[in-house]
Amino acid sequence: MTPAIHVRGLRKIYTVPVREPGLWAAVRGLVRRGSRDVAAVDGISFDVAAGEMVGFLGPNGAGKTTALKMLSGLLHPSGGELSVLGFLPSRREEAFLRQITLVMGQRSQLAWDIPALDSFELNAAIYDVSPADYRRMVDEMTELLDLEDLIRKPVRNLSLGERMKCEIAVAILHRPRVLFLDEPTIGLDVTMQRRIRAFISEYSKRYGASVLVTSHYMADIEALCSRVVVIHHGKLLFDGDLSALAAQFSPHKTIVVDLKNGVADLSRYGEIVSADDGRVELRVPKSETARVTSRLLSDLEVEDLTVEDPPIEDVIERVFAQGAT
Amino acid sequence: MKRRLAIWRAQARNTLAIQLQYRISLVIWMIGLVLSPLVYLVVWTTVAHAKGGDVGTYSAHDFAAYFILLMIVDHITFTWVIFNADFRIRQGALSPLLLRPVHPINADIVENVSFKLLMLMVILPAAVVMSIAFGPRLHPDPWAVIAFFPALLLAAVLRFTVEWTVSLISFWISRMAALDQMYYVLVLFLSGQVAPISLFPAPVQLAANVLPFRWMVAFPVELLLGRVSPHDATIGFAVLLAWLAVGLAALRLTWRLGLKQYSAVGA
Repeated sequence: MTPAIHVRGLRKIYTVPVREPGLWAAVRGLVRRGSRDVAAVDGISFDVAAGEMVGFLGPNGAGKTTALKMLSGLLHPSGGELSVLGFLPSRREEAFLRQITLVMGQRSQLAWDIPALDSFELNAAIYDVSPADYRRMVDEMTELLDLEDLIRKPVRNLSLGERMKCEIAVAILHRPRVLFLDEPTIGLDVTMQRRIRAFISEYSKRYGASVLVTSHYMADIEALCSRVVVIHHGKLLFDGDLSALAAQFSPHKTIVVDLKNGVADLSRYGEIVSADDGRVELRVPKSETARVTSRLLSDLEVEDLTVEDPPIEDVIERVFAQGAT
Repeated sequence: MKRRLAIWRAQARNTLAIQLQYRISLVIWMIGLVLSPLVYLVVWTTVAHAKGGDVGTYSAHDFAAYFILLMIVDHITFTWVIFNADFRIRQGALSPLLLRPVHPINADIVENVSFKLLMLMVILPAAVVMSIAFGPRLHPDPWAVIAFFPALLLAAVLRFTVEWTVSLISFWISRMAALDQMYYVLVLFLSGQVAPISLFPAPVQLAANVLPFRWMVAFPVELLLGRVSPHDATIGFAVLLAWLAVGLAALRLTWRLGLKQYSAVGA
C-alpha cells in the first residue's frame, strides 16, 4: 500500500539577510547586502501510512513547522521528494487541498468578528460539504468538543482554549484524510488538552485519517502517537516507536526505593537522582537493573521498590542534547 | 459554477456581517468617501467663478457633474488590496487562505463587491444632495449613456486586476508603504481625481492616455459627461481592454512566481 505521506531527502533553504551591528554597517548595507543560506530542513526522509498517527518532535527552530508547511503546500521545497496522498503539495491542486488540513496556533481559519458557526458555513461552501454531512459533522464535533455555547459567540470573545476547539472543528469540517497539527494544545489547560487529544484520536480512528502532530507537551505525543519522528537542526535524528526512543537514547532505568529505616547512602548502587524522607531514586544502566535490584533487596530493609523507565521528557532532552553535538 | 456561487454567497454574508459589526468605522469610511471629491469640487467651482465662469472647457456646473460622477465611479472601482498586502503576505495571513481549495482572489472579489453595494446606499443619496447643492450639468448622447456601463464595469475589473498585481510585489519587498504611497499619487493625478485630465499640460495628458490609471476612473466619467467622441470612445475601450489583458497576464505570472518564494512567516 502506498503511504499517505512520502518524504525523501526533503530540503528547505532560506536566504536570510545578515549584517553587522552598528550605524556604519547599516549605511554600508544600503549598497551591499550580505546574506546567508540557512537550511531549515536539511534532507529528511520518512513515510506515514494511512490512518497512522505520528508525533513530530524537535526543539524550537528544528524545522518542524517548515516541514509541515511544505507538506501542506504552503512552501515550495528547495529539494527532495515529497508526496501527500499521491499529490505534489506545492502544486496546490484542488483535489489535494480538499483532503488535507493544517492547524496552526497563530493563524486562523476563523473570521475574528463573527461567530464560528458563520465560518463553518463558509467552509462548508468552500469544501462543498453536503448539508447532511455538514449537519452530522457539526453535531459530532459539538458533542465531542463541547462546542454548544461557543459557536454562536463572536470568535474574538472566546478564550484561547475555546477558540482552539473551534479552530480544530473548522479545520476538519471537510473530513480531511491527512491532518497536520502544529501545537494543537499550546496554551491550553490540562482538561482542554485531554479533550482535544481524545477528539483527534477518535477522529483518526473513525475516518482512518493520518495525523502528523507537533507538540511541546509530551503527554500529547504519548497519548496520540506510538511512533515519533525527531528532527533537530533540520536533520532527522530518530524515527520509530516511542518506547524504542527511550531505549536508544536513555540506556538507563530509574529504581525508586522506599527504605524502612530512613535515609542511607546508596551511591554505591547507582547514580542518585534524588533522596528524601527515606525515598531514594537511583539511575542505573539498563543491563545492571536486575543485579542492582536484587542487591538492594538483600542488602537493605526495603519497604517498597519500583523500576521505571525515565520520564519521556528526560529522554527527549537527551535526544536534543546529543543531536546538538 | 453552482459551487462557486455558493462560496460567493457565504463569503458575502460573512463580509457584510463583519462590516456591520463596526458602525463607527463604517461612518468614517462614508465621510472619507464623500469628503475628498467634495473638497475638489468646492475648490474648482470657486476657481471657475473667480475666472469669470470657466476653467478650460469646464464651467462650475461641469465641475459639479465631473466630481459627483467621479465620486461614484471612484467608489465603485477602488480597492484596498495594496494596503492589506503587507499584513497578508509579510505576516503570513495568506497561509489560511492558501490552504483552501479555492483561489484567494475569490474572497477579495466578493469582499470588494459586497462592501461597494453596502456603501452605494450612502454614496447615491450623497450624490443626490450634492447635485441639488451644486447643479451639475450633463449632456451625453444616448450611445454614451449606454457605453458608460460597460466602461464602468471594465474600469472596476482593470483597477482590481492592477491593484491585486501590485499588492503581490509584497512577496519580494518588505515595506509596502512606500510603494503604496507612490501608487496612490499616480492614481490621484493620472486617473483624474484632482482635476479633469484635459486641464493638465500636454505631456501629462499623454502619460494619462498611455498609462492604465485614466481608464480606471476618468474614462467612464468623461463618457457620461458627453465629452468623448465616438472615435475617442472606441480608442478608449481598446486601450482599456489592452491594459486588462496585460494586467491579467501580469497577475497570473506574479502570483505563480510569488508563491514560489512565499515564506509564510509568522504562520
